[in-house]
Amino acid sequence: MRFAIIQRRKWFFLLSGSITLAGLIVMLLFGLNLGTDFKSGSQVEIVLNQPYNSAAVRNVFTKVGLPIGPTGITAAGTNNTMAVVRLSYPITNLQEGKLNTAIKAAFPKSLVPPGYSTVDPIIAQEQSQTAVWAVLVASLFIVIYVAIRFEFRFALAGIVALLHDAFIVISVFALLRIVVDLPFIAAVLTIVGYSINDTIVIFDRIRENLKNAKIKTLPDLETLVDNSLWQTMARSINTVLTVLFAATTLYFFGGDPIHNFCFALLVGLVSGAYSSIFIASPIWVAWRGRSLAKQPKRPVQA
Amino acid sequence: MVKWGRLTTFFIIVVMIFAVVLSTSRTLYTKIPLGLDLQGGFSVLYQVGNGKQSLTTSDMTATVAALQSRINTLGVSEPSIAVQNGGRISISLAGKFNQVAARQFLSSQANLEFKSPTGQVLMTGKDVVSNAHYQSSTTTGQPEVAISFKNPALFASITTKYVNQRISIWFDNKMISDPNIQTPITGGNATISPMSSVQSAMQLANLINAGALPFPIHQLSSNSVGPTLGQSALHATLFAGAIAVAIIFIFMIVMYRLPGLIADIALLAYSYVLIAVFAGLQVTLTLTGLAALVLGIGMAVDANIITYERIKDELRNGKSLQSSVIAGQRKALRTILDSNMTTLIAGIVMYGYGTGDVRGFAVALIASIIVSLMTAVFLSRTILLLFTKSNVVRNTWYFGGKGKVAGAR
Repeated sequence: MRFAIIQRRKWFFLLSGSITLAGLIVMLLFGLNLGTDFKSGSQVEIVLNQPYNSAAVRNVFTKVGLPIGPTGITAAGTNNTMAVVRLSYPITNLQEGKLNTAIKAAFPKSLVPPGYSTVDPIIAQEQSQTAVWAVLVASLFIVIYVAIRFEFRFALAGIVALLHDAFIVISVFALLRIVVDLPFIAAVLTIVGYSINDTIVIFDRIRENLKNAKIKTLPDLETLVDNSLWQTMARSINTVLTVLFAATTLYFFGGDPIHNFCFALLVGLVSGAYSSIFIASPIWVAWRGRSLAKQPKRPVQA
Repeated sequence: MVKWGRLTTFFIIVVMIFAVVLSTSRTLYTKIPLGLDLQGGFSVLYQVGNGKQSLTTSDMTATVAALQSRINTLGVSEPSIAVQNGGRISISLAGKFNQVAARQFLSSQANLEFKSPTGQVLMTGKDVVSNAHYQSSTTTGQPEVAISFKNPALFASITTKYVNQRISIWFDNKMISDPNIQTPITGGNATISPMSSVQSAMQLANLINAGALPFPIHQLSSNSVGPTLGQSALHATLFAGAIAVAIIFIFMIVMYRLPGLIADIALLAYSYVLIAVFAGLQVTLTLTGLAALVLGIGMAVDANIITYERIKDELRNGKSLQSSVIAGQRKALRTILDSNMTTLIAGIVMYGYGTGDVRGFAVALIASIIVSLMTAVFLSRTILLLFTKSNVVRNTWYFGGKGKVAGAR
């Protein structure tokens, strides 16, 4: 027996709805842990190559006259051997030189000089705005393309799934207090690209099956879409597996600077594969089904 | 009947792919320019002026020229300087050098001074037109440095006052030249001669230009990565990429058998063409770009997976092996094009809006989609069709079917 996905769509809507709601609450309560790419000040990324406690790092910074705020140090990297230090004020060239020497003295295994980034408030604001615009404009163009190649309802159902995936990744980062920086935006945009790509393949099969079918009732439509989902299931699973292989190895072996980036990809890819099957297609069925129901049922004339 | 002609063509193509990949990929790979995050270096964004005054194109060009001369004295290879909207200039310098000192030096102002014999400052970098250059003397043929001043009257009064005395030129509090004033100069154009060599003349001209920063600049943002940090990131990502590719190769063979093997060969070609594109167009490879490429491999495989699942469908419907392959490929193509187009749209928008890391990622994504359409679709289709038509393998098991000889009925 095959598991009927479409008939159970309410449960999946409920599941995704609660996850999204939980994400929204987390975002409103805690907000995102913004890196300097989005907030003014300086950020220092130190690959220490050894376990450390944040007090030791704080000590090194304080000694060279760089006080760190209470939540200024975040552990990152594969084995938490990297420290991301955020300062609410820009660091000067002179301080940078002193800090390099102090870090090497305190943590001999560390890679010095570390990565520094300093951003002016104007630039930080511009960057966060362009990031949001990029997602919105990309969505708009995707809607237009899909509306032309398929139909408008497919386009909107695909976009809902896409925004759902982007939102889940952002919520997970808010919940786990992971630093959000520019590469994170690139990760979200990839997920946007992957999610819609994955959805389109299923929609394409639905479109093809619709050509050879006469849909009269909602159950007809449900069965057709369910068939389409199961016909593309092997592909859906195998494709997400190969992309996950790539993202997982990058996560574990790809080096500390892209660790968070890969984590965002992992969460987004799983969500993207899930939403294509359990969200995008059911939304389309629910919407298309309503237009079916609107048509008055004419008695079948024999 | 085994069709030996087709089989031979198939093997020639495969052998050629391997030969080209194995022989030239290493050389090509070393030609790819690496981003700051992979080889170390820094990028800075400067605001020219106070951000309110309006700057003309020539103002910006003069500032860029002065910054360029400063960079030249640093001896950094392949600097990148770009003018952005709103009077901004972005500079990226890659490689191993003292980053702290370099950044200090770039933004420091008016560090060019002309001093009288008693040490009084007569003029600064602001008074010099930043077009000092080497030339050979029209009379003696010896190397000399030509230099122009913005205010000829001021320069005339100075040269009149200090005639037959030495005026010293200081850069960053180091004396770089102390020419003797032979006659009062009224036209605002002077030459410093003789110079000991062409090289020293050019160096002096560079330093004078570097000091002639026409507007104050201040740093808006900066980003720096140490060279050891960059290299360790590069090695880690390459290592991870190799493991990922190996897993995907095995997965494809296990899942799709013979076509899986062909997909792997196409993947090899995909990786190679991408390296060639990056090396040929001199696209800078960044860390996120590298991640996009590894991810791109996964997406390139998707094109093959879609096709092979279609072929399996056709086999299940009882078609012969050859017609299954042909029909499967035909039906899969439209799906692949539509799905890749949507991702391409996302990539192009990212490129348009992004800066730095995001743009590096977008370039890699766009390149990988286009290349994957070439290799994972057209190359892989062609060799799979050649192989199928050669009729060597008739058992559908090798194509992921149930194992009977399809089409033999």
